[in-house]
Amino acid sequence: MLLTYARVFLCGGLICLVGQLLLLYTRLTSARILVAFVTLGVVLTALGLYEPFVEFAGAGATVPLTGFGYLLGKGAIDAVAEKGLLGALTGGTTAAAGGIASAIVLGYLAAVLFTPKTKE
Amino acid sequence: MNDQQRQQNYDDMVKRLSPKSEKPFSLLKAFVVGGLICTLGQGFKDLALQVLRLDQEGASLFCSFCLIFLSALLTGLGVYDRLGKFAGAGSIVPITGFANSIVSPAMEFKREGFVTGVGAKMFVVAGPVLVYGISTSVAVGLLYYVLGLLGG
Repeated sequence: MLLTYARVFLCGGLICLVGQLLLLYTRLTSARILVAFVTLGVVLTALGLYEPFVEFAGAGATVPLTGFGYLLGKGAIDAVAEKGLLGALTGGTTAAAGGIASAIVLGYLAAVLFTPKTKE
Repeated sequence: MNDQQRQQNYDDMVKRLSPKSEKPFSLLKAFVVGGLICTLGQGFKDLALQVLRLDQEGASLFCSFCLIFLSALLTGLGVYDRLGKFAGAGSIVPITGFANSIVSPAMEFKREGFVTGVGAKMFVVAGPVLVYGISTSVAVGLLYYVLGLLGG
């Protein structure tokens, strides 16, 4: 149990550390880093490398945005096996639907309910 | 004093007066905060699996939902952006950073209305993420389909 949480903390922390390295030493903005991490997650999943990492690191692998890519990639791959060509189109978005809808609905509500704090 | 000397003096002064680099420290901060957010996520997931008795898929969604909820709330209260200044990529890379990237511009542009303000600006960062994420997943699906045809 404690060991699981240690793995989650270390792996999740390391992925964020890579992000911080990119912020410090490249001209990548945070938006570009998020796009790169999602795409990388999909590609690593397609190569069969991310799934073992998820089994090892749990939320340390699924909570960073690469995990969102994993969800998309795995969804597409599984759906192709099940439904053929149609699955290629629907699989990724179907698997990620819950997360996307949560982010849109909760994000919208927060934006409507709160007013931005004045910048110092 | 010629131009070159003046330039040299100026460069020295800039070097002396600019703040000391805190790069190693910022890496540590990103590591710790990012790791803690993932650990919190694992906590939500275990709660869903063991107490709420959800299956793996349900537990993953419950975990994402809780993190997104917290991030949206803290962004609304102005707390998450302060965390962002401290943690850098540690607060950007987790799914909470994705939610923050939706709420923050949407809130900022509310005065431009609910359609072209909130509705459109929500996707300033989330839009590209979805475009490239979903497109890559479709490409991967197609590739697997073709490989399946060739192999099977």
